[in-house]
Amino acid sequence: MNRRRFIVRSGALVVSFGAVRLAQNVGLDTAVMAQGLNGPGSRQLDGWIAIRADGSITAFTGKCELGHGLYTAQTQLIAEELCVPFSRVTLVQCDTAATPDQGTTSGAQSHPANFNSSNLALAAATAREALVAMASERLSVPAGQLVVRNGVVSAAIDSTKRVSYGELIGGRTFNLALNQNARRKSAADWTVLGTPVRRVEIPAMVAGRFEFVHNVRVPGMLHGCVVRPPSTNGSVRGIDRRSVEGMPGVVDVVVRKAFVGVVAEKPWQAIQAAARLKVDWAAGAPLGPHADFHTRLRGDASTRDTRMVDSGDVDAALSKAGTVVRARYHYPYQMHGSVGTACAVADVQGDKATIWAASQAVWPLRSSVALVLGLRQENIRVIFKQGPGCYGINGADTVAYDAAILSQAVGKPVRVQLSRRDEMAWENYGVAYVSEERAAVDQEGTIVAWDYEAWTPTRGGRPGAGTPGNLVTGSLAGFEPVAFQPRSPAPAPTAFANGNNSVPSYVTGTVNGRAGGTGRVASQRVVIHSVRSPFFTGPLRSPDRLQNTFAHESFIDEIAASRRLDPVEYRLKHLSDPRLIAVVNAAAKTGNWQSRPSPLGAGALAEAARASARPTGIASGRGISCVLYEGDNGYCAMVAEVDVNQDTGAVIVRRLVIANDSGPISNPDGLRNQLEGGAIQGISRTLLEEVTWDDRQVTSVDWRTYKPIYLSDEMPAIETILINRPDMPAAGAGETAVTVVAGAIANAIFDATGVRLRQVPFTPERVRAALLAR
Amino acid sequence: MSRITLRVNGTPQTVDLDPATPLLYILADDLQLNGPKFGCGLGQCGCCTVLVKGQAVRSCITPVSTVAGAEVTTLEGLGSVEKPHPIQQAFIDEQAAQCGFCLSGVVLTAKAYLDRNPKAGEAEIRKAMSGVLCRCGANTRMLKAIMRYARGVKA
Repeated sequence: MNRRRFIVRSGALVVSFGAVRLAQNVGLDTAVMAQGLNGPGSRQLDGWIAIRADGSITAFTGKCELGHGLYTAQTQLIAEELCVPFSRVTLVQCDTAATPDQGTTSGAQSHPANFNSSNLALAAATAREALVAMASERLSVPAGQLVVRNGVVSAAIDSTKRVSYGELIGGRTFNLALNQNARRKSAADWTVLGTPVRRVEIPAMVAGRFEFVHNVRVPGMLHGCVVRPPSTNGSVRGIDRRSVEGMPGVVDVVVRKAFVGVVAEKPWQAIQAAARLKVDWAAGAPLGPHADFHTRLRGDASTRDTRMVDSGDVDAALSKAGTVVRARYHYPYQMHGSVGTACAVADVQGDKATIWAASQAVWPLRSSVALVLGLRQENIRVIFKQGPGCYGINGADTVAYDAAILSQAVGKPVRVQLSRRDEMAWENYGVAYVSEERAAVDQEGTIVAWDYEAWTPTRGGRPGAGTPGNLVTGSLAGFEPVAFQPRSPAPAPTAFANGNNSVPSYVTGTVNGRAGGTGRVASQRVVIHSVRSPFFTGPLRSPDRLQNTFAHESFIDEIAASRRLDPVEYRLKHLSDPRLIAVVNAAAKTGNWQSRPSPLGAGALAEAARASARPTGIASGRGISCVLYEGDNGYCAMVAEVDVNQDTGAVIVRRLVIANDSGPISNPDGLRNQLEGGAIQGISRTLLEEVTWDDRQVTSVDWRTYKPIYLSDEMPAIETILINRPDMPAAGAGETAVTVVAGAIANAIFDATGVRLRQVPFTPERVRAALLAR
Repeated sequence: MSRITLRVNGTPQTVDLDPATPLLYILADDLQLNGPKFGCGLGQCGCCTVLVKGQAVRSCITPVSTVAGAEVTTLEGLGSVEKPHPIQQAFIDEQAAQCGFCLSGVVLTAKAYLDRNPKAGEAEIRKAMSGVLCRCGANTRMLKAIMRYARGVKA
């Protein structure tokens, strides 16, 4: 499929590529290819924006649509800054041959990267100012006396003096560098950005016309199916190729170290051959039992330690405190569990390759797949095609390696879609956590010292530019995951960093005399221990931030309850950041928060205990939780109301009130959709989701063994309060709500029942056991 | 191998293949339809849902031989981008999707149920969506879209 056809089939408008100067290939700087960085972008305006003779605009972005509405919001941004109707803009996203290198679309970084004063937004502002300057010269009217409407620049006082964008630039190039001083339009003047423009893709998706990566069809394409080892860390002793000889459509069996795959003419033929292929696998090292995993994690002596803050006086404060509150929290491994398994198409021809992938990171993928294939990265083109929601590094990159290896072996284009088991058993899981909290509380009930220590496992992760072994396919093909280097004790921090919300919201975050945190507690220490993981791990929506926030937001509630204080007032007493305080107040107000300590029926519970009568029936309660995501990337507070069935342990979330502040709102309905989706995904993760394994392999391999929320499950009424801050920087909004769900639900369950749940997920069995133990 | 004829979205189609092949692969590969998708291959998520004689069927676990001669409808068969079916329009109006990968299961399961139970209430409709999975958490919007369509059906 050539570029033009690809674009047309993507649902984008036909673009005259002869007139479009493609983004210069800016060359790869390995430093910017590491995970989470944004890439160098392009310094040239033509790398971002082209204007055709008819005045239509094509923009090029290095941040892709993941189901979160970014394609539509970025189109709004271009239309707004260039003063043209939304429909006049075509956006081309993430293609290593066409768009600026913006690294990885991840970590709630797209809104900050492209909606502030750099990259795409700066390009659009540069273009508008350049067009106005050109028009000023053409019309002999000072720029300050020109207005722009619908892509036409005209004199404010004489609209007969006018010239269109098409007349000014059409078909030629700007040949300008981005102007760092270009001014964005004031949010007060927005007419497209900030409005609930409908998602561009939904009509095609709901009509079954949208082309996902799964629907990429290349002429002569074959179908591959991988054969993964039966046990984690398995290796190949031998392969009996005769076991699939004569099977219809089978083209080849491909083996590369422990990577095994089958290529056939049809997908069903490949699946059947993969199932039939006899492979003699050597078993890997046994996995420790799932049941006591957290104990092993906590006890692992080989750790890599990081200290985020340390005021040096925490031990003294704890030892002389009147009251010390302690708690330990456990979080499980969880999956991205995309609803569709990962798929990619690769066409490797000699020393060149084209790969269609739903990767969040087409440039890093290009570099790492170059290592896998032994090709020069300049000869590889990676084209983003949308996949199912990924929520982080799902199977999109590893399956691109699968397709590339198989295509290289057979010399033809190969499509691979993973089986449900192969995806789930070998994901880069979201990480487990053991979190230990200690706080010293004074006579007045004020927290005077906060001590946090956590243990979390790691193996692999995003491959970045040079570590294909961070994913299962790269590892099977002989590449090593990034080395684990123990380091203990941790060096002292030199500057404040929030450390994935390992630093609680309630401490000052003071390092070297500068307070970077959002709270008031001055005596503070935060130490994180990384430990080797038996499974691949990687970022899953709100990685680490969610686990840490669950612990902190449960713990502040526990401290408040120990002093019989209201959870909202207790939070506010220890917070200093006005915007975090504002979201807490907004959620509490709309949530009709009644000031009182938790649990709700403390008196009644004590009465029941005296009478040895166990409470039964439905108990209802409310809880609150809040976060400043990553310490600087979106504020969120949530009030949850839950019903707990005290006989079965089932928890039903009845109502969620979410207050969010991510700076200026680019699309209010898109923002709402993200908050609602994060909240519901958060409920699924809080109540149900947990990766399990036996001594050899992962046993969470389908939707029966890894249980999620279904559409038939009762969902809460969700109210969202959108706090718009047009004068503040644009922050992330995709990972704020999901971060606070577990804490809000845990606190609401405690409020309802007096039972504190410290281990996610809160399955009915676990809740019932906790209720029976009270 | 055997020749099997079926009607897909109103058009007769003849394929020559292993009759045990699941219907999904004929639709998505041989007939190049984008609506039905492989989600799990186990009938647990709904991504592959199609209508067969008006019933919602999981095409990933339905051997093509069992639907020989039958009328099969995919999302494409309901309506188009230009002329969406009312249930598709309801999803557009409610912006009831995020990644959109699960929509075959959501839309077609709801439509098949409401075709037979036009007077069903919200709780019944929700229960009818058992085994239909959306991982982005668009659940409440999807229910709203289905209810919007259901009101139109009753009206």
